Amino acid sequence: MNAVLIAAPVAALALACFWLGRRRALVAVGGRASELHSLPGYYGWYAALLCALPGLLIAALWIVGASWALDQLTIASLPDGVRGRAPSELALFLNDVKNIAGGGMQVAGGGEVAGQAAQHYIALRSRGLGYATGFALLLSAVAGFAALRRVRPELRARIRVEAMLRAALMLSSTLAILVTVGIVLSLVFEAIRFFGLVSPLEFFFGLQWSPQTALRADQVGSSGSFGAVPVFVGTLLVTAIAMIVALPIGLMAAIYMTFYASDRIRRLAKPVLEILAGVPTVVYGFFAALAVAPALREIGTALGLSVASESALAAGLVMGLMIIPFISSLSDDAITAVPGALRDGSYGLGATRSETIRLVIIPAALPGIVGGFLLAVSRAVGETMIVVMAAGLAANLTANPLDAVTTVTVQIVTLLTGDQEFDSAKTLAAFALGLALFFATLALNVLALHIVRRFREQYD
Amino acid sequence: MTDPHPGARWKTPEMNARLARRHASERRFRRLGLAAILTAMAGLAVLLISILSKGIPAFWSTEVRLDVRFDAEVMGLDATAPGADADALARADYGALIRESLREIFPDVEGRREVRSLQALVSVGARNELRAALVADPDLVGSSLDLWLPADDEVHMLLEEQIDRDAPESERRLSDTQIAWIDALDAQGRLRGVFNTRFLLSGDSREPELAGIWGATVGSFLALIVTLAIAFPLGVAAAVYLEEFAPHNRWTQLIEVNINNLAAVPSIVFGLLGLAVFLNLMHLPRSAPLVGGMTLALMTLPTIIITGRVAIQAVPPSIREAARGIGASPLQVVTHHVLPLALPGILTGTIIGMARALGETAPLLMIGMVAFIVDVPGGLTDAATALPVQIFLWADSPERAFVEKTSGAIMVLLAFLIAMNATAIALRARYEKRW
Repeated sequence: MNAVLIAAPVAALALACFWLGRRRALVAVGGRASELHSLPGYYGWYAALLCALPGLLIAALWIVGASWALDQLTIASLPDGVRGRAPSELALFLNDVKNIAGGGMQVAGGGEVAGQAAQHYIALRSRGLGYATGFALLLSAVAGFAALRRVRPELRARIRVEAMLRAALMLSSTLAILVTVGIVLSLVFEAIRFFGLVSPLEFFFGLQWSPQTALRADQVGSSGSFGAVPVFVGTLLVTAIAMIVALPIGLMAAIYMTFYASDRIRRLAKPVLEILAGVPTVVYGFFAALAVAPALREIGTALGLSVASESALAAGLVMGLMIIPFISSLSDDAITAVPGALRDGSYGLGATRSETIRLVIIPAALPGIVGGFLLAVSRAVGETMIVVMAAGLAANLTANPLDAVTTVTVQIVTLLTGDQEFDSAKTLAAFALGLALFFATLALNVLALHIVRRFREQYD
Repeated sequence: MTDPHPGARWKTPEMNARLARRHASERRFRRLGLAAILTAMAGLAVLLISILSKGIPAFWSTEVRLDVRFDAEVMGLDATAPGADADALARADYGALIRESLREIFPDVEGRREVRSLQALVSVGARNELRAALVADPDLVGSSLDLWLPADDEVHMLLEEQIDRDAPESERRLSDTQIAWIDALDAQGRLRGVFNTRFLLSGDSREPELAGIWGATVGSFLALIVTLAIAFPLGVAAAVYLEEFAPHNRWTQLIEVNINNLAAVPSIVFGLLGLAVFLNLMHLPRSAPLVGGMTLALMTLPTIIITGRVAIQAVPPSIREAARGIGASPLQVVTHHVLPLALPGILTGTIIGMARALGETAPLLMIGMVAFIVDVPGGLTDAATALPVQIFLWADSPERAFVEKTSGAIMVLLAFLIAMNATAIALRARYEKRW
């Protein structure tokens, strides 16, 4: 919010620069706009952009760094007794201070020290904001003044402005790379810290997953064990069930829609698939946990099977339902890309429609179908809400779909909600799992693309 | 024409049998396809029916009519200075008022436990309503009012027949006596079902009958505003650059590969990014719509870039050439001609991306928008939750009455999504140009 307080006066200043720049250009040629190199507005834009840039930069810096700097300054001002506390306690205390400063109640009982610190915090904040605003305005004014002085009729204002805008366009397109780099760096850094505590061998090959760190240090298994194999196996199990459901249904649905369906059925089925694709995953999760899992349990009891109340089967079935439209639309693309001449040739040889589809169309469309299948697998592996709500937390190493299993995404969510301590192996494990998830899905996507490119039949 | 198989006889029994087999297999294949479509339809139907059937009761609530006498003594107010002190009014014992009016209806209820289980039939929220009434009009002290007050969720569930009366007493949340009281109240016409405005207009609560989705809706709205403010300009700018200005080199290729990959990265990974960068590195406030919106923006960006590029591609080159021909600069071509023509397509893609962001839960869990928050958020940095997260929280709740609240919230969320997608479709139908 405070960044707006910095940015607003800068914006006002830029507006003034726009007006001044435009006027200065016009005055210089006595109002005859045709004697200017560019349209008068460009001179205004030129001055306004150069003026706004430094001020907005300061505002951005404030967003990024201000709260951190404020925290550090507040901690530095605390009495030694408080400053020497453990980082987690210090964080709690600081939280209290901010609560008091925000007009709320204190929670952990910081007492008078917290009250004083809150006063100090408020003072620091308003002073910092004042400095930042002043500095931003000063820089912007200087830059604006310099820009205005350069406004002359022969200044190629339009070219300058367009160069700046093009640079801005290019910067926004590189954001995609920044995001990828950010994902990789943040996951890798935390994962490296995790692998400093737990050996990668144990993580990737250990068979025991119980990340709960105990309350007391002397408790059994207090260090937790981080063998992620049961988690990976659980993920694969749920994904496999989902794909067993989604692949035949999705593929057959696409085939039926392309080759057999009457207009009426197509008009009915298309929106159904679109709605299935648009339903939020949390809704599927609720459906799995509340309708499918109990139903499976009842069927299981009737058949004399013991079905866990959070079985892999329930989560997998519902995830399959979610993925059907994904598979069907990707296979549809692959099927319609097969040239009609192949189909007609097959008909001409006397093959029935199903023979044509099975023996000609599907083999020709196979790379696309396999690529779509891999993308769907990557989707299923990364799917979170269905498994969080319908699959369990118990890390059983099993291939029985009626048992409860846990998945990578479930573990990430449970490890990172609730606890806010970011130094324990428990929370860092979530980032290691996230890294594994990121690279697994990345590999699947790259492989899918590769298969589509490499094995695509060229007909033209 | 010569017969390629001079000896072939097309009407032999073997030939006929083979043909029949092939046709049977054709029919089987066709039925299989129909079965696949029907399975998908049945899945959707079961999903929607199970949510609608559970969710519709959430829009109704039960109220109980009580004759409340604002007795200063019962409330623990100082009788000598009635109505003078607003602070005292706010702290008075309104539970006692409800207790007294219930005991007037059931005079033979004795004992603390009995009275308490009787009082449990009226929602805790009734006290707040009495307090609000009295604070608004302190002169009410001493007078009597006939008021409709919210009943407890168990009463509502009994009337909605969600509680099985025939189940053994130990397996029910309501005891036999409580059910008898409820029936007596019902017989006296003291119970009514009303449209549950509280569900739509209030924040979260531990009490199912008081819990509402307004706080979560506002949280979602604020987060989406941030998402739109970040993702739309950046996404459009990136799409324009890649389509109109980017040179064809390795750097551009790298950007394109990156965007396509980001579109397929699981949403929870974006949550981890938000947690590591926005919270741990930049120290932005936890649970805030600001951070939620920023995280969702990174997730939506690839969608907007990809749909934006398609829309820009659809503008025919002749438009650009004509504009260039009359002296427009490359950037003027884009801002004066290409962008306005591509805008409907870009907006359609943006709305679809926003709808996806609205339904997204996992990244918001990572950045802590998962707390129990009663207050409706007032700004971008207030602690807040979002509609899908609220659904997740309620689905996790052990109270059975929250099941219908969850389904009700899902219905509201789906309504928003349908509205957004319908807007996108209408926009496309209205402004799509065929060149």
